[in-house]
Amino acid sequence: MKIEILGTGCPKCKKLAELTEEAVNELGVSAEIFKVTDIHKIIDYGVMVTPALVIDGDVKVAGKIPSKVEIINWIEEINI
Amino acid sequence: MKQKNKFLFIIIVFTFFYFMPFSSSKILNALMESLLMAQDYARQHVLLCLIPAFFIAGAIANFISQENVIKYFGAGANKFLSYTVASVSGTILAVCSCTVLPLFAGIYKRGAGIGPATAFLYSGPAINVLAIILTARVLGFELGLARAIGAIIFSVIIGLSMHFIFIEDEKKKNLNANKNLTIGKVEQEDRPLWQTTFYFAIMIGILIFANWGKDESIKIWQIIYNFKWFITGILLIILSWIVIKWFKKEERIQWVKSSWGFAIQILPLLLGGVLVAGFLLGRPGSEALIPKIWIENLVGGNSLWSNLFASVVGALMYFATLTEIPILQGLLGEGMGKGPALALLLAGPALSLPNMLVIRSIMGTKKTLVFIFLVVVMATFSGMLFGNFF
Repeated sequence: MKIEILGTGCPKCKKLAELTEEAVNELGVSAEIFKVTDIHKIIDYGVMVTPALVIDGDVKVAGKIPSKVEIINWIEEINI
Repeated sequence: MKQKNKFLFIIIVFTFFYFMPFSSSKILNALMESLLMAQDYARQHVLLCLIPAFFIAGAIANFISQENVIKYFGAGANKFLSYTVASVSGTILAVCSCTVLPLFAGIYKRGAGIGPATAFLYSGPAINVLAIILTARVLGFELGLARAIGAIIFSVIIGLSMHFIFIEDEKKKNLNANKNLTIGKVEQEDRPLWQTTFYFAIMIGILIFANWGKDESIKIWQIIYNFKWFITGILLIILSWIVIKWFKKEERIQWVKSSWGFAIQILPLLLGGVLVAGFLLGRPGSEALIPKIWIENLVGGNSLWSNLFASVVGALMYFATLTEIPILQGLLGEGMGKGPALALLLAGPALSLPNMLVIRSIMGTKKTLVFIFLVVVMATFSGMLFGNFF
């Protein structure tokens, strides 16, 4: 599973990255987490407001930090 | 921290303490000014202005649907609306300064195009809610209002200018544009608009009444001043009632968390800005390290040169959120004219050397230079206009 955190490096993006790592660790799934800070790549996803979370190429949320529960749910959905 | 960096840090700190002429009265005076300025801020602005402002910013970040605003930036959106929304939406969208650049890039590449994109790029950082509130509070209501109005009007002018100057490029670009812009699935609880409006009105009311100033010349003003705490108290009670009755627990927690997030992010920077401004420029009425005469010569009065100089310096310098305010306070206290002050406020937040480089990577060198040129010209012009009347 490929997880990407889109953001130019502000505190919100870092928070999202932290929460995502925690979620992944709690679930024990194997996932690679990448931080995408290049603006051009971020827009290529159609995302205009960071932070954003992308799982396997799908934009799950953009513009706000989701709760860890929501992140866990998204990861589990993919694993089914 | 790496060992090499720790070593460097020790060398720097040691050299600083070894060589700084602390017994020089000038330095001592500058240090005192720095501390006194920080105390002024703590006593006058933190409790009644910054704290409510952080809560308002937190509320904006959480309870105003960004999606609803962003739909005005699509390629298919009504152009008139795109510009209008671009110029004011900075209050809603730019609450976190890092959102401005990606959003600008998105609007430019896939949305309504260079016009609304540059309008937003200019006004977004300039019209940041916290900045306007603190500007009005510290530098005076006229300057705060002028900053807000200047940002809005000139963002539209700049946007339209960019659009027409580069109209050929724009026509070629529309092949890739999305009619609608996706920002992923954003879950939004629908709250009736009147509730949200009322909630914000109460918070703004608290901010206004808690800061109501004394003015003995106007009767009604003075009456309100005498009752200001009573009114503020009532508004606070209404706010608590609203927050308990209309908001779910999770929303309340999110609101407080966001507000706290802003406080944590901004207060250290503001403290740094105040200490530096105090050390170099001193509080209004006192002099610190930089001689008053330098400031007066460079940016005093309201000449074309002063305004231009202020604009250019503002454009190049990087100001962390809100730090432009103590710096300007120091400059004004040392003889900077009000016109050049406005020029700096308008050119400062939108541009800085690092951020020009990012803009260039999105728009290209030519367009970036034209944008910078337009910003400096508009800022100089509005500075001169403002300086003339105030």
